[in-house]
Amino acid sequence: MTALAALTGHYLRASFGDKFGLAFGAVQPFLYLVLFGPLFARSGVGSWEVLVPGLLVQLGLTSAGMAGFGIVFDHRFGVLERLRVTPVSRVTLLLGRVLRDTVVLLIQAVAIIAAAWALGLRAPLAGVLLALLLITVLAVGLASLSYAAALTMRQELFAPVMSTVVVPLMLLSGALLPMSLAPAWLDVVSRLTPFRYAVEGLRALFAGSYASSALAWGVVVSLAFAVVGVALGTRRFQRENA
Amino acid sequence: MIHARGLTKTFGPVEAVRGIDLDVSAGEIVGFLGPNGAGKTTTLRMLTTLLRPTSGTATVAGADLFADPAGVRRRIGYVAQGGAIAPFSPVGEELVLQARLYGLSRRRARERVTTLLAELDLPGVEERTTATMSGGQKRRLDIAMGLLHRPELLFLDEPTTGLDPHSRANLWDHVRRLRERDGLTVFLTTHYLEEADALCDRVLIIDHGRIVAAGTPDELKSGHGARTLDEVFLAVTGRELREEAAA
Ligand SMILES: Nc1ncnc2c1ncn2[C@@H]1O[C@H](COP(=O)(O)OP(=O)(O)OP(=O)(O)O)[C@@H](O)[C@H]1O
Ligand SMILES: [Mg+2]
Repeated sequence: MTALAALTGHYLRASFGDKFGLAFGAVQPFLYLVLFGPLFARSGVGSWEVLVPGLLVQLGLTSAGMAGFGIVFDHRFGVLERLRVTPVSRVTLLLGRVLRDTVVLLIQAVAIIAAAWALGLRAPLAGVLLALLLITVLAVGLASLSYAAALTMRQELFAPVMSTVVVPLMLLSGALLPMSLAPAWLDVVSRLTPFRYAVEGLRALFAGSYASSALAWGVVVSLAFAVVGVALGTRRFQRENA
Repeated sequence: MIHARGLTKTFGPVEAVRGIDLDVSAGEIVGFLGPNGAGKTTTLRMLTTLLRPTSGTATVAGADLFADPAGVRRRIGYVAQGGAIAPFSPVGEELVLQARLYGLSRRRARERVTTLLAELDLPGVEERTTATMSGGQKRRLDIAMGLLHRPELLFLDEPTTGLDPHSRANLWDHVRRLRERDGLTVFLTTHYLEEADALCDRVLIIDHGRIVAAGTPDELKSGHGARTLDEVFLAVTGRELREEAAA
């Protein structure tokens, strides 16, 4: 527990020391919010309450999803190996980073929601708070998988591969346009990605429909995603590094 | 302190370590010598739980390498050949974190860092990053990292490479003092054989993944009719190269 607190605190201090990095993960969804949001809100397809949950999942992908990039340098400079010789459990070594990424994501999410509010978003406070909780779960899974990916692929490939993978995942989640508009085949493919359920769960929360099946699915899929992510991430930390 | 039997490690087609038996007693300083690529780092990484041996058994600092890796980790320190500090964060924070990972409170960790940095001739570097430090200062920081938690057994992989003669002498003095004061056991690799001769109670020479000579420096020198460890080293290593040249 001390080890987890020490690690998380250490990484958080580093993140807050790097304001540019803190803002950078949120740039893409912020641009969508400001330059695409007003269009979307007037298109008749949906309102701010439909778009913002999608942008929050996009934020998850571009922020927590890219978290693994940071470990590439720790790996290269021998920091990771130094940590792996300490008695701290491997899951703690992973979670220290993941908790930092989750806190960072929450701060970015609150900033996006606040900006959206200024533009016209209206949602129940309880729904927004629960949405932040669901995003936390999603962030744990995304960051863990991102570290697993970073420790698996060749270092120089991580950034280009991940920034490419994120695009179809985001589009298939229906983050930008609801999947109810999609042709049948696209709808089926979309249902194979976990983020579709997260987006719809978040939309249900922003709409205040707390008893909907969309929300139930969003919670279940996000939790399962987080469990799988942490399990895979821990395995990569355990593995001998070549 | 270390008992290993039949340790091997293969990387695909490369047999890096081909069956090593080791016994190191508490309080000994043992030098692990050998040419580049002989398997020194690979052996150290196996003994420090970083690399799973392909076969063999070992107890390190009283804990079984396979059954209780966390027990091994708690009692050992490891200074890697390539260093272990990233250039972008203040070294004081990295050191305090490292100490806290061994269970020290924040306050105790800070105190320990201050004392250790002074002992290693690096007072007041806490706020700096390694990007602004010389190679020798960085190397001494790596060593501080390995000593923070007062390990019983310290693995040093080429600790003095890149240090000037003063720093090297200073580091070896420090190692001797720790052995005398705390009974520290040290297992180290180096390519500076005169230093190994002066410092080590015993040396092991490894070549192509096998131990080819072992004993006290004096035993090895008299056994090979040599005046220096360099001569012993040249006599017992590189046999395959010479055989290839002869064929
Ligand atoms: N991760 C790895 N994958 C493949 N081969 C490796 C790996 N690590 C080491 N080797 C190989 O194993 C052999 C032993 O390497 P090792 O690093 O143990 O040598 P060393 O004795 O420490 O050498 P040096 O004095 O140059 O540090 C070498 O042939 C090396 O190329
Ligand atoms: Mg080596």
